[in-house]
Amino acid sequence: MDWVIEAHNLTKTYMMGEFEVQALRNVSFNIERGEMVSIMGPSGSGKSTMMNTLGCLDRPTSGEYILDGESVSEMNDDQLASVRNRKVGFVFQSFNLLSRLTALGNVELPLRYAGITEGRRERAQAALEAVGLKDRMTHRPYELSGGQQQRVAVARSLVNNPAIIMADEPTGNLDSKVGKEIMNLLLALNKERGTTLIIVTHDPNIAEQTQRVIRLRDGELDLDVTAEDKGRKK
Amino acid sequence: MSFTQAIFEALESLNGNKMRSGLTVLGIVIGVAAVIAMLAVGNGAQASITGSISSIGTNLLFVFSGSADGPPGGPGSGRSGNNDRPLTLSDADALKDPFAAPSVELVAPAIQGNGTLTFAGENSTTTISGVTPDYAIVRNMELAEGEFINQEHILGRMSVVILGPESAIAIFGHADGVVGETIRIEGQPFRVIGVTVAKGGGAFGSEDNAAYIPFTTAQARLIKRGVRDEVDVIFIQAVSAEAVPSASEEVSNIIRQRHRTPIGIDDFTVFTQQDFLSTFATITGVLTIFLGGIAGISLLVGGIGIMNIMLVSVTERTREIGLRKALGARKKDILLQFLTESSLLSLIGGVIGIMFGWLIAFVVGKVATATGNNFTPIVGTDAIILSTSFSAIIGLFFGIYPASRAANLEPVEALRYE
Ligand SMILES: Nc1ncnc2c1ncn2[C@@H]1O[C@H](COP(=O)(O)OP(=O)(O)O)[C@@H](O)[C@H]1O
Ligand SMILES: [Mg+2]
Repeated sequence: MDWVIEAHNLTKTYMMGEFEVQALRNVSFNIERGEMVSIMGPSGSGKSTMMNTLGCLDRPTSGEYILDGESVSEMNDDQLASVRNRKVGFVFQSFNLLSRLTALGNVELPLRYAGITEGRRERAQAALEAVGLKDRMTHRPYELSGGQQQRVAVARSLVNNPAIIMADEPTGNLDSKVGKEIMNLLLALNKERGTTLIIVTHDPNIAEQTQRVIRLRDGELDLDVTAEDKGRKK
Repeated sequence: MSFTQAIFEALESLNGNKMRSGLTVLGIVIGVAAVIAMLAVGNGAQASITGSISSIGTNLLFVFSGSADGPPGGPGSGRSGNNDRPLTLSDADALKDPFAAPSVELVAPAIQGNGTLTFAGENSTTTISGVTPDYAIVRNMELAEGEFINQEHILGRMSVVILGPESAIAIFGHADGVVGETIRIEGQPFRVIGVTVAKGGGAFGSEDNAAYIPFTTAQARLIKRGVRDEVDVIFIQAVSAEAVPSASEEVSNIIRQRHRTPIGIDDFTVFTQQDFLSTFATITGVLTIFLGGIAGISLLVGGIGIMNIMLVSVTERTREIGLRKALGARKKDILLQFLTESSLLSLIGGVIGIMFGWLIAFVVGKVATATGNNFTPIVGTDAIILSTSFSAIIGLFFGIYPASRAANLEPVEALRYE
């Protein structure tokens, strides 16, 4: 199997004063290249913690995590930064665009940190075209609608050709119609490019559109439903 | 990320908050301008004083009566009323001995006092010097018209006077065409035989406001001294500037012998022009450092302003930092970003400050010239290099703490920051 993500016994413990909060407890699963996965679960169940760990923003307290063949658990901060830059694209609930920069400038950022100077502009333009913002390249975030801003964020997440795109409630700040458009965009990108897509959501309609759903409860893996399982149920 | 990119982004970000960036820069502008202007004024003062001392003559030595650790108030101040033996004409004659004092070229004794000049109802009080013919050579004196005192005037105790241009203007209303007129000094008639060339202010007050009469005439009729043949000061010209120290040594030995004073308790003081130069260089040097130091403090305050703004900026942009890290920025990328911003702030402030300080120095010079002071502030390249590098260092130094705070933010925490 061609695993993009191999997680073995991931545990994340936060200290809240004297109390230990176990945000993740012994979570293990693998994700295949090109898969589309929803992570679901009630609030506080550890979804964001999982996202941060899989996205290499944070290290697990224990357990092993292999992303696209690289063991991440023992990496230092700068190595993690490099892995994020090369292998992960993020889409956040609140867009997180830099208001000083144009759409193009925002999309170029990951390429800048990758040290790419040649063809940077062209790659950013191509990414913006891919999300349907060909005629909004030089607009700044405040000149764009919420849906357009999230499209810029999607373009930014894929400009480095990452192994996975992680989206934490990407439609949470959008109305349902625009949210659907963004979801369709992400689904289309997954189909066309084969980019692995992990979406954190508590919207069952969105989860319904992905092949696989991982459900968390109190930091533990509660349910892992694959497409075949879905088919069997029906 | 490359360095030019970092500068470009920093400019973009500073441009995004013009008001704040401008005010922060202003702190550095004031600091650097103050340093530049203060150093320029200090250097200008030094150059002007050094220049006026040099104009006295480079080979010049002075001998005063009285033991003093410093200059005893300048010539004409008389003796300090103790047991010191006064300097006399015979002391001066002894210094002319080419064997005992080979480094001495010319000796010009003088007595000095104040007196009132009168012509056609106009009065003017000035310094009257009783001098010998050599005085003109020793003191680099040039005549605008007429001639200086000669040996005949001395021998005949003649009533002739050379006027400084200011004194001439004070009683005649003009300084030219006055040779041949007869004026009164302390009521006694004197014929004007010459007028000196205007020299401007000097270290001992203006030499332009002065009157010179033959030594013997002054001694006999105008300036009474307790001891016969007493002189107030002996001016000596050494054979060369290099011979000044040995001339000083020879002069001291001769007078010591004549006054029979043990070594170490001299009752006279030999002062060289180099002594004046180094004394004033020390004074103006201290003054310059003092002024520069005060200005430096304002530069420091400007630096603290930068740190303050950078800390605010880091806090405000926590989410931005988190995002940049999520996109792959390493610690050093963030560090470079914020250090570039703070250095640019202070460097821009430095450049504007240099121009501003230059302007201040220029205006000070104009005002000084307009009010009749011969004083030009000097903006040295050393001051420019000093304040530019100092302001860049300040930007770096005060930027390091905020920048490292930004660089060490945890991406997860930073992204969650509201
Ligand atoms: N930085 C933190 N410090 C302490 N506890 C935390 C921290 N982040 C998350 N937690 C705790 O870990 C648990 C999981 O949180 P999170 O992953 O944000 O859940 P979700 O995204 O599913 O709502 C919660 O109990 C939360 O309070
Ligand atoms: Mg969450």
